[in-house]
Amino acid sequence: MKVSYNWLKDYLDLTTAPKALAEKITRTGIEVADVAQKSAGLKKIVVGHILSCQPHPDSDHLNVCQVDVGEDEPFQIVCGASNVAVGQYVVVALPNSRIADNVKIKKGKLRGVVSMGMICGLQEIGFADSVVPKVYVDGIFVFPEAIEPGTEVYEALGMTDYIIDLDLTANRADALGLHGVAHEVAAIESLTPHFEDVVVTESDVQTADHLAAYVADEQLAPSYHLRMLQNVTVQPSPMWLQTRLWNAGIRPINNLVDVTNYMMLTYGQPLHAFDADTLKGDHKQVEVRLAKAGEKLTTLDEAEHALTHEDIVITDGHQPIALAGVMGGLNSQITADTKNVIIEAAVFEPTAVRKTAQRHNLRSDASSRFEKGVNIADVQTALDAAAAMMADLGHGQVTAGIISPTNLIPSDKVIEIEADRINRVLGTELATQTIVELLERFGFGVANTDNRLTVTIPPRRWDIEIQADVIEEVARLYGYDNLPSTLPTGAMTTGALTPEQKALRQTRHTLEGAGLTQAISYALTTPEKARQFTLVDSALTALDWPMTQDHAHLRMNLITGLLDDAAYNVARKQTNLALYEQGRVFLKQTDDQVRPTEIEYVAGLMSGNRQTKTWQTAAAPVDFYTIKGVVELLMTSYNLSDPISYQPTQAYPEMHPGRTAAIYVGKQLVGFVGQIHPAVAKANHLKETYVFQLDLAQILALPTQTVIAKPAPKFPAVTRDIAIQVASQVSNAAIVEAIKAKGGAHLASVELFDVYAGSHIEAGEKSMAYTLTYLNETATLTEEEVNAAFEKVVAELVATFDAKIR
Amino acid sequence: MSLKEQLENLRQTSLQEIQKVVDLDALNQIRVEVLGKKGPITEVLRGMRNLSNEERPKVGAFANEIKSDLAEAIETRKAELEAKKAAAQLAHETLDVTLPGQSIKKGTPHVLTQVIDDLEDLFVGMGYQVVAGYEVEDERHNFEMLNMPANHPARDMQDTFYITNDLLMRTHMSPNEARDLENHDFKNGPIKMISPGRVYRRDTDDATHSHQFYQMEGQVIDKNITMADLKGTLEYTIHHIFGEDRDLRFRPSYFPFTEPSVEVDISCFRCDGKGCNVCKQTGWIEVLGAGMTHPNVLKAGGVDADVYGGFAFGLGIDRFAMLKYGVDDIRNFYLNDVRFLNQFTQEG
Repeated sequence: MKVSYNWLKDYLDLTTAPKALAEKITRTGIEVADVAQKSAGLKKIVVGHILSCQPHPDSDHLNVCQVDVGEDEPFQIVCGASNVAVGQYVVVALPNSRIADNVKIKKGKLRGVVSMGMICGLQEIGFADSVVPKVYVDGIFVFPEAIEPGTEVYEALGMTDYIIDLDLTANRADALGLHGVAHEVAAIESLTPHFEDVVVTESDVQTADHLAAYVADEQLAPSYHLRMLQNVTVQPSPMWLQTRLWNAGIRPINNLVDVTNYMMLTYGQPLHAFDADTLKGDHKQVEVRLAKAGEKLTTLDEAEHALTHEDIVITDGHQPIALAGVMGGLNSQITADTKNVIIEAAVFEPTAVRKTAQRHNLRSDASSRFEKGVNIADVQTALDAAAAMMADLGHGQVTAGIISPTNLIPSDKVIEIEADRINRVLGTELATQTIVELLERFGFGVANTDNRLTVTIPPRRWDIEIQADVIEEVARLYGYDNLPSTLPTGAMTTGALTPEQKALRQTRHTLEGAGLTQAISYALTTPEKARQFTLVDSALTALDWPMTQDHAHLRMNLITGLLDDAAYNVARKQTNLALYEQGRVFLKQTDDQVRPTEIEYVAGLMSGNRQTKTWQTAAAPVDFYTIKGVVELLMTSYNLSDPISYQPTQAYPEMHPGRTAAIYVGKQLVGFVGQIHPAVAKANHLKETYVFQLDLAQILALPTQTVIAKPAPKFPAVTRDIAIQVASQVSNAAIVEAIKAKGGAHLASVELFDVYAGSHIEAGEKSMAYTLTYLNETATLTEEEVNAAFEKVVAELVATFDAKIR
Repeated sequence: MSLKEQLENLRQTSLQEIQKVVDLDALNQIRVEVLGKKGPITEVLRGMRNLSNEERPKVGAFANEIKSDLAEAIETRKAELEAKKAAAQLAHETLDVTLPGQSIKKGTPHVLTQVIDDLEDLFVGMGYQVVAGYEVEDERHNFEMLNMPANHPARDMQDTFYITNDLLMRTHMSPNEARDLENHDFKNGPIKMISPGRVYRRDTDDATHSHQFYQMEGQVIDKNITMADLKGTLEYTIHHIFGEDRDLRFRPSYFPFTEPSVEVDISCFRCDGKGCNVCKQTGWIEVLGAGMTHPNVLKAGGVDADVYGGFAFGLGIDRFAMLKYGVDDIRNFYLNDVRFLNQFTQEG
């Protein structure tokens, strides 16, 4: 809502300067987005009187004008506008002037003819296209009346006025009219607004003899009123009216339409004017009803709309002539030839107006007001004021009587509240009298009975309904900045993260410690991506009405997001990647399950080099064992009771069939780790890429072991190395298991330190070398004890795997 | 030459040799030669048999004196040479300390996570609980219980990702406040909770809009919670995040679930309030919305609005991160360009 400071001064004896007032308005309740004068930054732009206008000798569209700009001699100015003509009073940018966008105008030559400046269109001095009167959109602006040449144009064009741009919240539609804003500013400034009474002079002609109106369902238009004017003359509005409109962001059209807009700006009450003679029949009918299927209406913007039975329309008894509260129909619009006018002032059902405006993509100044509500006390006032002004500006007569098929009787609202309650909510200690005075500044009636306040709210503040609303009025006028600043007291609470929240953080820290950077990807994805890399079977969850197909389904894995991230990075030559994501997947056990289960997962991705080439070390590419090391580190960090094992799996079609391990805790499958299938990698424009994905929720629910401290061993450990040659398909896990099974009571650990397969060994065989560490925590181990235990292991390996000891 | 003279000569020549010698092996050779059993001193002492009983002790004492002088000279020289050798060794071991160290890589927490963790720690310290909730919510918790009944503009299809008529991607973190009100038993004390998390809006992704982003909501409900408490809490939070030197501006505002409502601006940290393109020439940057919990919200949560009341606040994590670090495009948070992510190397 663009509010003119000068217009406000019609109602208030303002003394506070515009910018200071804007800051006060912001701090009291309505955010001011901007305060500006249109003339700011402009220089040397004056009224010129065109004394002569001759075609340019070397041009088919330029004219050479002699223009009186208030100097001793006329200035010669070359003008390219098609509407330039002798006798006009126009906007002249003199040499060395500054026009919009900080453009400087200099004396120059146009095709050899000296031009002392420029004759301007309104856009050239900073007006938006959308507010310039249609006749001047493509040419220069022409003043409707004579103005002393050489006078600066700013005053005449309303450009010195300060425009305060209010950013209104949805509840403050009362400030969508200047009267409402005046009440607000009056409260802030402790002033009393004065509004002129509306006086309508009616003719002897009875409106009812010419016009009837019906509202099919009172819900659609609970308050509906029509007035009629006869014998009006359509012409441009006077300058004062035009400037007020364009300063408010509305294009002046003609005196009738301008009046409806002016009254909308004044009262916040949208009005509509119909050309009465375009309605069917002699005795005119206006009907408010829901549209019928198949009905069409071409609105003022010349767009045709197929109406639905949810649209409220105004008809002339035969066909729609307006979309109620949204936009008028082209068929009944005011034209230059209009003689008789019907003015409509109404209250329409807000939701229907909003939905109609949305459905037909027709949000207008009117619809945005109707959908938020209007002051029901001013509906007829606005109608009367419009009729009176139209009669005045259009030299017509207002017929006698208003046609009102529906009407709302405005009434005050009464809210009772203890002064103490206000202080208790705000944390203040305001005297009751102070509270009363604050509320009275809004123009509310306040009765105080033993600190119990009875607050009477006029209809113009329909946003105030409950005690909390009254408390807010007190608070904001008292000033939020003046409220004390404390912290909540009362019963103590302990703040702490839950064990699960701690574990999620620990998971992140562990992975970051292992060199992985956290990614956050989109949870909405394509069905193909949603379905890949799933740990368990799940039905897909789809959005009903997605914005794009790329984000239309809920993810069921975290890896595809990381693959997107990897592809994005690789495309930007970032090829050494170590990323993880911790977040939720959305799973459904069956298609019948409506609400998906949200499960915390964690996934990682590594690609390229884990170690880049340095002066000391060669580059080392990421491989299966790199990422497995990360997973092992992470899994160990949970301190789970059950053993963790890795088993080869081909269960995941997107993973490499020979390089993927399913991860088990005890017998529970909790995730997988491995290389993504080369075909999948290729499809994502990736090279060798390794990933893991874990069901974190499941892991965090598993039993953990409690640490019971033991002293560091007092007796030395003894080690024995063994290298065996076995068939290449024998797994490390099987060998270690066998060693442990026969290792004896003192075998403390088994560490693999070498794996070899190659030219020094028979084909189909490999060599594996382990260090076995023996430790007796209560005594020194003897050679004999260790040898005996070691021999058992050797014998077992020979027997079980046909191992050759090397 | 008398024995004494011989000894004196020996002393002189040996001392000279000791001073001349430059390596430890040669010094040891001298020690063996001079002080050893076959050495000249021993030789001299052997000749003492021929001396008188008077002279013998004197020469013997003199010989021993020379012996100990030479031994001392050798030890001194040995220490010198050893020190030199050690110094040479250290000089030999000198490294170019400006060469880079072995790189140890640590991953970086996402900047949004850093902001969330920071806020969580702050509020946990003030006795708040952290609540997670559901990303897929129902209309009742997302709208209905928050004083946004059917036909409320905020419930329009175009702003919300619906899954069914009743299920949707949560559009804010406030449903967790409703859930908390619903589930809380005030016998266990007041409600003090925050809820950071991921929310969704039906927006086209551009520099300032994202269909997915992060918010944090918080609420305190008890018997005597005031708007002054809200103000104090917000001041503490904002100063913690944006610095103690920021001016704050509390503006009345409107949210369906709070009344009175407030929006908080901070003085622009780029221009310090003078006006620049970060603050759109206003000198202020909006950071947060809050208010006193609307009685309808309390009632919907089964809480007696005459007895209990409190405040709620909500802030955009992405917005905080954008402001704090000068990020000008929200999409950066979700594209995960490692060059972008890795600049936020440590929590701060």
